[in-house]
Amino acid sequence: MAQTNKSLLVDPLVDNNPITLQVLGICSALAVTSSLQVAFVMALAVTAVTAFSSMFISILRNHIPSSIRIIVQMIIIASLVICVDQILKAFAYEISKTLSVFVGLIITNCIVMGRAEAFAMKNPPLASFIDGVGNGAGYGLILMMVGVIRELFGSGSLFGVTILQTVNNGGWYVPNGLLLLPPSAFFVIGLLIWGFRTWKPAQVEAREYKIQTAEAH
Amino acid sequence: MEGLVSLAFKAIFVENLALSFFLGMCTFIAVSKKIGTAIGLGISVVVVQAITVPANNLILQHLLKPGALSWAGFPDVDLTFLGLISYIGVIAAIVQILEMFLDKYIPALYNALGIFLPLITVNCAILGGSLFMVERDYTFPEAATYGLSSGIGWALAITAMAGVREKLKYSDIPDGLQGLGITFITAGLMAMGFMSFSGVNL
Repeated sequence: MAQTNKSLLVDPLVDNNPITLQVLGICSALAVTSSLQVAFVMALAVTAVTAFSSMFISILRNHIPSSIRIIVQMIIIASLVICVDQILKAFAYEISKTLSVFVGLIITNCIVMGRAEAFAMKNPPLASFIDGVGNGAGYGLILMMVGVIRELFGSGSLFGVTILQTVNNGGWYVPNGLLLLPPSAFFVIGLLIWGFRTWKPAQVEAREYKIQTAEAH
Repeated sequence: MEGLVSLAFKAIFVENLALSFFLGMCTFIAVSKKIGTAIGLGISVVVVQAITVPANNLILQHLLKPGALSWAGFPDVDLTFLGLISYIGVIAAIVQILEMFLDKYIPALYNALGIFLPLITVNCAILGGSLFMVERDYTFPEAATYGLSSGIGWALAITAMAGVREKLKYSDIPDGLQGLGITFITAGLMAMGFMSFSGVNL
């Protein structure tokens, strides 16, 4: 059991990452990564919601009629998100302002729904909780990687602490303004996926059309 | 009136839900392989968005806002913390009703859009539209305009994306970038294109 729990936790980090492989929850991954602090808070929030919603849904799984399960899952997730939102507003008001609508959008984040549907409906509470933490962490990992790249090269700092002194402040580093703009998030994630798949060739998607090489004739 | 036109223009191009706020990305990436299906999904999003945003606006104005319940004798009640759960409930209910309505009265449209409707409940663009409406404190006519035009913007983006991807499948892409990777980079380039609209004011 210990072994399986460990694999539940570690698998979603790289081998079955929710963002790069299952293509879930991309919306917020792109939008909140221009600074690392915000990305970190978002990752924590999503992990908490995924873990607890999986646990509660798993506890209730034998009592939910399958015809209305989506609504029941929605309600559980929405209540948890409201808790997270209220907590953020109470203790980290500035960050909750920056995150604006994206905290609310955790409700429709496909990772939460996807894990509830695919895992929590069939497994006991503890395993579901761990699976939720694992997937939240896998999501958080990508979020942090994108956040590090965008904040470090876009504004020369990490967690708001200056690492590369920018030219405006009398330093040497000319920040790459593109990285603070929305399109760069797409590029960074696209390249990250390329990196991941070069590292783990099993994740490469099959081509729809194969271009014939000259030698084949 | 002029304000509404500029609001609509802004929602379609400058603040495109898909390309500058990244909403509805999961479906945007997953369902943009063929132009036909992309258009179908795009139209469903426009319809649902045009109904849910004004509906949620009414709920906010008349039930949730501080003091909104004074007509029922509760002038001090502030229910805004129930916002998220009510909006998602409204969206799920409207999608369900729309599905039943189309099934009964407009079967042709139901056959074309039916498979996409359940997907729309969990499309962040829909909930996102409602949340932006709340955050920016739109009045009812503004909310109606915003709902319709942000839906159109999303539909435009996914249709363009599907067009690009249909051509793209014949190109020679490095193995690791195949599929998801190149789609992201394409979306990034499209987002850059849409950024050129920023600063345009009507």
